[in-house]
Amino acid sequence: MILVLVETSLEGEATEVSLEALTLARSLSTAGSDRPVDAVVVGQPPDELLATLGSYGVRRVHALTGEAFTSYAAAAWASGLLSVRHGAGSDTVMAAGTPRGNEVMAHVAARAGVAMAANVLRVEGLTPFVVTRQVVGGAALEEMRLADRLAVLTVAGHAVEPTPAADPGSAELVVETPEIADADLVARVVSTEAPEPDLSGDLTSARVVVGAGRGAGSADGFADLLELTDLLGASLGVSRVVTSLGWRPHHEQVGQTGSRISPDLYVPCGISGAIQHWAGCSSAKAILAINTDAEAPMVTRATYAVIGDLHEVVPAINAEIRRRRG
Amino acid sequence: MVDVLVCVKRVVDSSSEVVLTEDAQSVDGRFAGFTMSAHEECAVELTVQLTADAGTARVMTLGDADAVEQLRHALAVGCSDATHVVADANAFGPADVAREIAAVVHDHDTQLVLLGNDAADSGDFQVGIRLAYELGWPVVNGASTVSVADGTVTASGTGPDGHETYRVPLPAVVTVLEGGIEPRYPTVPGRMKAKRVPIEERQPTTEPTGPSRVRLLRPPPAPSVVQVLGEGADAAPAVVDVLEQLGVLSR
Repeated sequence: MILVLVETSLEGEATEVSLEALTLARSLSTAGSDRPVDAVVVGQPPDELLATLGSYGVRRVHALTGEAFTSYAAAAWASGLLSVRHGAGSDTVMAAGTPRGNEVMAHVAARAGVAMAANVLRVEGLTPFVVTRQVVGGAALEEMRLADRLAVLTVAGHAVEPTPAADPGSAELVVETPEIADADLVARVVSTEAPEPDLSGDLTSARVVVGAGRGAGSADGFADLLELTDLLGASLGVSRVVTSLGWRPHHEQVGQTGSRISPDLYVPCGISGAIQHWAGCSSAKAILAINTDAEAPMVTRATYAVIGDLHEVVPAINAEIRRRRG
Repeated sequence: MVDVLVCVKRVVDSSSEVVLTEDAQSVDGRFAGFTMSAHEECAVELTVQLTADAGTARVMTLGDADAVEQLRHALAVGCSDATHVVADANAFGPADVAREIAAVVHDHDTQLVLLGNDAADSGDFQVGIRLAYELGWPVVNGASTVSVADGTVTASGTGPDGHETYRVPLPAVVTVLEGGIEPRYPTVPGRMKAKRVPIEERQPTTEPTGPSRVRLLRPPPAPSVVQVLGEGADAAPAVVDVLEQLGVLSR
């Protein structure tokens, strides 16, 4: 049996990357292994979530409940997952390659004394269990063997297109309240402050992202970029140099040490396309690069390009959009 | 006062092209620059700040002889002591590395260990957590700020629902995510001083079981089909045509 940790939004919906992980799990299930896919969620799932998980081929949803799960504690989540795994006889445990997913799976692997593969792109084979995953910020791939009795892995964001099952069913709900040791609750979230509203939005799920790099010139050089972001209903994402210079906050950073995005359109303005940034945006379906350097990696890898200074090009685009909208 | 151990790793600078060795087991260092991970640079900075008034700031690495360069960098920006576990890092998996760090912790009465959230090369997210299980200590992952007062570590970072704070008792492990602090650059006097600091050299305590690597691969090159829409402001109408075609001007 394959066990998938499903993360949910504040509204109780399954995150898109969790649906991607479920899609990969189901592909393993149907690739000759004939193993059902079960999901683990934290808290009582709403009916809509159960329906979604059923449509993704989940046989059973294990809901972890109890005081131990009222605030996030990675060790408690891992303990709960292993408790479910023990009862259900799972030989594979996986999650989306999010900070939560990677953290909880690392706890699971450490507790079980087995290897873990982070940010898996695809599974090469089941016997032996060999996966391909991203390393060196996506500049290289690693084939890795998971030879232990339990395979633990996370799925890289947007490595898989989230696809409902061809023969959707209804997932059975199993509410579980596993006993959690006090030691597993020592490191738990004691307070959460809601983020300040800003134009970065949810970068990882944004349909359009306007990017800005060193070419913005200064912290004051974002006015036109922010207007374009607003006109497109987009999120703003920036390169590492922009956050390092203090022009924009770190949570807007796209790249190896920032968010990984997969919008329908990415509009990187004044971003050369260093490989660390490319690691975060290479999943964009289309890229429209604006840059003074026609040979910049971001330009040569783009779908569309405009050669020029963003401070001339972006205001002209904004004006053209406003003109067409009357 | 707190004695902090910060762990760094010599990793390939992936801003240049990555070339693999013939046996596809590692990156060919002859064609690469090396650095420490961005998260680790922030962990070093936090360590220096936490120990500015009292305590020790020990930096350690596991790697070949060249990894001394990363130790000297950490010393140059304010760490006071350094330990070098001399070994081929490619032969060590995450559990092996965690075991070697634990051995250093035991030998130096460390109360707090800071590591990068993940290494820029292996990207496996595990060493800090495996270390915590080795030591039986609590671990906070992905923190961007860390402070210590009255035997309690307060660490915070960004979670899916906002800015999250943890408070754990010492001793503890914290993995650091870039973004909460700006690492400083070494000064010339700092570099000179770092050259004179004696570095503790030690051998691994056990034979590594190794990573689970079969081989490394280069990702397939992205097809380049760039369509240049024009130059400067004159390209704006063509750009907006494309935005309309892609259906992103629906507002």
